[in-house]
Amino acid sequence: MSEHLLDVDDLYVEFRTRDGVAEAINGVSYTLDAGETLAVLGESGSGKSVTAQTIMGILDMPPGFITGGRILYNGKDLLTMPESERQKIRGAEIAMIFQDSLSALNPVFTVGDQIAEMFQVHRGMSKKEGMAKAVDLMEQVRIPGAKERVKDYPHQFSGGMRQRIMIAMAISLDPKVLIADEPTTALDVTVQAQIMDLLQDLQRERNMGMILITHDLGVVAGVADKIAVMYAGRIVESANVWDLYAKPAHPYTQGLLDSMPRVDSKGEELYAIKGLPPSLLALPPGCNFNPRCPHRRDKCVHEVPPTEEVAEDHTAACFFWKEVARG
Amino acid sequence: MSDPNASVSAAAPETVETETYRGSSLPPEASTEKPRSLWSDAWRELRSSKIFILSAILIFFFLIMTFFPNLLTFGKDPYTCDLKLSRQGPSSTAWFGYDNNGCDVYTRTIYGAKASILVGVFATAFAMLVGGFVGVIAGFFGGWVDSILSRVTDIFFGIPLLLGGILVLSSFPSTDNANLYSEVGKVVLALGILGWTSMTRIMRSSVIQVRNADFVIAARALGATSGRIIRKHVVPNSLAPLIVVATISLGGYIGAEATLSFLGLGLQPPVISWGTMINDAQPYIRVAPFMLFFPAIFLSVAVLSFIMLGDAVREALDPKLR
Amino acid sequence: MGRYTIRRLLQMIPVVIGTTFIIYAMVWALPGDPFVGKCGDRPCPASYIAEMRAKFNLDDSLPVQYGKYLWNLLQGNFGESFSGRTVWSEIAQAFPVTFRLALIAIIIEIVIGISAGVLAALNRGGFWDNLILVSTLIVISIPVFVIGFLAQFTFGIKLAWFPPTVGPNATIYELILPAFVLASLSLAYVARLMRGNLAENLRADYVRTATSKGLSRRRVIGRHAVRNSLIPVVTFIGADFGALLGGAIVTEGIFNIRGIGGLLYLSIRTREGATVVGVVTVLVLVFLLVNLLVDILYGAIDPRIRYE
Repeated sequence: MSEHLLDVDDLYVEFRTRDGVAEAINGVSYTLDAGETLAVLGESGSGKSVTAQTIMGILDMPPGFITGGRILYNGKDLLTMPESERQKIRGAEIAMIFQDSLSALNPVFTVGDQIAEMFQVHRGMSKKEGMAKAVDLMEQVRIPGAKERVKDYPHQFSGGMRQRIMIAMAISLDPKVLIADEPTTALDVTVQAQIMDLLQDLQRERNMGMILITHDLGVVAGVADKIAVMYAGRIVESANVWDLYAKPAHPYTQGLLDSMPRVDSKGEELYAIKGLPPSLLALPPGCNFNPRCPHRRDKCVHEVPPTEEVAEDHTAACFFWKEVARG
Repeated sequence: MSDPNASVSAAAPETVETETYRGSSLPPEASTEKPRSLWSDAWRELRSSKIFILSAILIFFFLIMTFFPNLLTFGKDPYTCDLKLSRQGPSSTAWFGYDNNGCDVYTRTIYGAKASILVGVFATAFAMLVGGFVGVIAGFFGGWVDSILSRVTDIFFGIPLLLGGILVLSSFPSTDNANLYSEVGKVVLALGILGWTSMTRIMRSSVIQVRNADFVIAARALGATSGRIIRKHVVPNSLAPLIVVATISLGGYIGAEATLSFLGLGLQPPVISWGTMINDAQPYIRVAPFMLFFPAIFLSVAVLSFIMLGDAVREALDPKLR
Repeated sequence: MGRYTIRRLLQMIPVVIGTTFIIYAMVWALPGDPFVGKCGDRPCPASYIAEMRAKFNLDDSLPVQYGKYLWNLLQGNFGESFSGRTVWSEIAQAFPVTFRLALIAIIIEIVIGISAGVLAALNRGGFWDNLILVSTLIVISIPVFVIGFLAQFTFGIKLAWFPPTVGPNATIYELILPAFVLASLSLAYVARLMRGNLAENLRADYVRTATSKGLSRRRVIGRHAVRNSLIPVVTFIGADFGALLGGAIVTEGIFNIRGIGGLLYLSIRTREGATVVGVVTVLVLVFLLVNLLVDILYGAIDPRIRYE
């Protein structure tokens, strides 16, 4: 197996809460190479953000506990690395963009200050040099009047501009991996497209590996190279974009695609996946999706389906993927 | 973990999440149901709080001291003193020793609860009624009514509690035929007049929050009068912070009463209170520290109980902390 | 900023007038003979009473009396006490002592209170957290005068680390113990407030962002979380200033400090109305100015606050 830029290998994370143990991630594996965009798709509580936070090392511990697995970055395991070494990677080599830029930026410092801090801490630059770099970066993310606005505070920007600031901060040190956690969810539709374009341009220019976390299939289509679909802390299907859209092999993926509004489906009622996502405190036995699955058999309730190869670079965790893929 | 249900785009998972919402058994009138469930949730939370149980037990004891002191003093009278016993230390017959006049410190400490608790309760009630009323009016009507009331509040707020209390009380010197109720009334007045402003500020800001809530706007759209909206919607929904602050201030007022009595301005002998006892004990702190120690302990525990009760109530009422 | 300050100063005027009027009315217009005990055990001679009534305008109606008082006040004249000293000279003599006491108390409050709060928040649920929570709760529950006696008795008399009473010069060393007593209550509140804010802010999104920027834990906490948690603490310290001034009366009494609190207490007991009104007016003015200062400072540390 060749070495990947980032290799998440059989990761397990749980949250020990007052109400019990929530199994947030149950054996997640995925890889990312330079210049590649991986979209991680799933609904709230599917574990897509928790995986990202574990990669960044910003998981709240406790209540979070990593109970198994490795995260290899350039072949070195981030999870066993001493904290001092990891701090050098965090932000500088693996950077992250958050969903809500208003709460993710510190309200009491100017945006320039917060970008400059990256250069001060990681590159030992002076505040003045850092601020000059901040102006550069703000221009790169296409913020008009960057020179004047560098001394403004986060609340003085619009949501879209603020998300650009977040992006500028994240790319400031030329990271190899960029994790974008729902970067456009909090924005207007028109602004969403601009931000996605910007991200894509920056990624190509810099040949970054990007993990795009989203619940929005529409965002994924134009941007991602490959997709991992998560459900209840597992990757239920993973494939490149075209294969996944054309031949979904897991009933959950199929349900997601079917419930997407299409131009040609005018007047028809939208399909909806029945039932509710399971509680992580009490996952259903066997296949976690079985209570909502139209293809359910007895086997699904008793055994956990293994991840099987459906085609080249296309896997699914369903006993009856052949039946599903036939449609 | 960081996906709020609210902001989702027009793609597939939204359907899933809408399903989630539909599936949960939220009644459509959820917002009007809120106050009742808030209070019953809070009550359930309270019953399982150790701090609440501890403070409730302590307060229960202080209430017994207030209303049935003779149950705890085995019929001893606090005014029966024997100068021969002056300043004798604690013993098996007198657990807390004797004071300068040879009175039993234990008996007097038990009887001293009454004045302190009454001052605390009535001063809080006074401040809550006046402060709450002004706060509701200022917050609900806003505009010039709010401006005027807020300035008046500022004026009183400018006088620190203890400072003002000293002024008011020194303007009402005790008469020779002072009895418990006139003395308590005087102190209640002094503390209440200066204490209501903080209640006003709390009530005003929580009323402003509730005033713009959907269910209030709905009630107004349905033609309810201001009086009815205030009584049925605004007050019940904005009362929680006031109750928390009031419980905590109750302890504060008991402490303030003791401080004023200690300065010789609050309750006056022959009324027994922890503050007057500490004042009496002050000159003898070196030779008979127990004279000061026991009333001070009771006083502090009483204040502590109400502060803990307030803390427990706050935690129960604040869904964020749950 | 300048306009905001001016507007706030203008807003203070009716508050100062209202507050001083209430104080004036309470001192001079409430029932009770102001001349009781002024002339020893005998009642005062009629000529003295007449002279004094004229001097303090006691025969005018209350608003006129107050108006005359205010007019003098605006010219910097605080009037004279019955004993013939000018009130201003008494205040000028006592004020520096109380100012020093309050300053030391506030420093203690800030340094110890904030450190304790940070320590507790970083060890949530641990030994230090519980120790700080319990000890602050105890301090909050014990009235200041009891703490004063305990401190005087323990550290002043038994251990003799500090002088039990303060001499006429009121040196810094002598004032340390009283300042601790004066600061105790606010210190406890500051510690709890800081703990609560910091604990909440440590879970804030921007703190997570700071961590993900690869900053050291020290920098994340010191620069990002603590800074934000200080904002409400600063407001509290300002609003609490009044309580500090009130507490000074008790503390100065216990430690025999000849400051503003002692002067006020003495004037109330000897019914020196002019001194009482003068002192309280100064205290209220200081209180309001400190609050204005805090509000301006608030804007400096929280950019979200705009002064329109």
